[in-house]
Amino acid sequence: MKRKIPLGICLIMGIMMIIQFFIPHPVSLGFASTIYKWVIVLMAFALVLAIGNLIRHHTLKIRKRKEDWPYSIVTLFGMTAMAVIGLIWGVDPDSLYQRIFLNILAPLGGTMFALLAYYMASAAYRAFRARSLEATLLLISAFIVMIGFMPFGQYVHTRFPAFAEWVMQVPNMASQRGILLGVAFGSIATALKIILGIERSWLGGKE
Amino acid sequence: MSSDPWIWVGALLTLMIFSFLYKDNPFYKFGEHLFVGVANGYYIVFYWHNSLRPNLFEPLGAGEFIYLVPLLLGLMYFTRFIPKVSWLVRIPIGFMIGWGAGLSIPALFQAEVLRQLEGTVVAPSSFTNPMSGIWSLIILVGVICTLIYFFFSKEHKGILGHTSRIGIIFIMIGFGASFGYTVMARVSLLIGRIQFLLGPWLGLID
Repeated sequence: MKRKIPLGICLIMGIMMIIQFFIPHPVSLGFASTIYKWVIVLMAFALVLAIGNLIRHHTLKIRKRKEDWPYSIVTLFGMTAMAVIGLIWGVDPDSLYQRIFLNILAPLGGTMFALLAYYMASAAYRAFRARSLEATLLLISAFIVMIGFMPFGQYVHTRFPAFAEWVMQVPNMASQRGILLGVAFGSIATALKIILGIERSWLGGKE
Repeated sequence: MSSDPWIWVGALLTLMIFSFLYKDNPFYKFGEHLFVGVANGYYIVFYWHNSLRPNLFEPLGAGEFIYLVPLLLGLMYFTRFIPKVSWLVRIPIGFMIGWGAGLSIPALFQAEVLRQLEGTVVAPSSFTNPMSGIWSLIILVGVICTLIYFFFSKEHKGILGHTSRIGIIFIMIGFGASFGYTVMARVSLLIGRIQFLLGPWLGLID
């Protein structure tokens, strides 16, 4: 029962969602829309669980005075402050919540990802070696795209940006399509295995 | 130089994160932990205003008791902390996984398989412009060879070996182009941050 009920729910939900896609009747469309709302609610509950784990992790770290524990206070304070501000004073465009988003969250997030530019460049410098034909092709196409997509490309040759665009639109598109098709078939097969109960690893545990 | 305290906050936090380029240090750790905390706080509010309130509490308040079902399913997530009934957590997970799997099959077939095949097919109309016709042929060859490269049910020998060799050439060009494109996206973010520091904060550029 502990495994059969969840498997049965998974099977019913999977089949219902496939059926509703092929029968665009108002009843099936209404059903899909209601279920979608339920799923949004379930996602929110999953987030509550995740937030609970985060709080637990940082509270334990503070209590046991583990390494870097003072930063856990920063995390907990940041989370509580943002949540309280958004829940009490609202999320209007000129609210404090939006100001924090624009002036704290956006700069932090943007800089974190910008930092990756340095590390990708340094990793590429160390890893990119033209040892074989394949590695050379990878290296050349990366350089063509990088140089072609910056203003400097225009000075290398007037048609260089157009060539970079061609690399993106033709050979890159061909390989991406091949990979996408493979991924799509793999995902469909996995989804079928899950619905039919062949793939059960999501149940976890032995019982 | 800016007199807006919010600009100063943004600039100092930007510099704190950039300080990691020197080495891991307390300023970076502060910025990193603040980012995690504020981002989680942001999502708590986001999910409250966009998910729980309009899709659960408002309908329940209006007497739509069918919404007790998602409430009950959601509460089942927390049974994982009660060993005797911890298996109940599988019910909302099964619901979500079944929903996702069922929805993804037709969606993937339509968006990924049929659309991609539609874009790959070469028809006489592709040659209205001879050059674009040739590019379409190259794409067709590339897609077939890439797929053959990932076909492992038969040893890559003979014609299969040759086509998979062409496939790996396309794949490598694709990986290189994707890498270059990703680097450029990150560099544009970097430019954005530098522009913020030099413009709104220091006032050195417009």
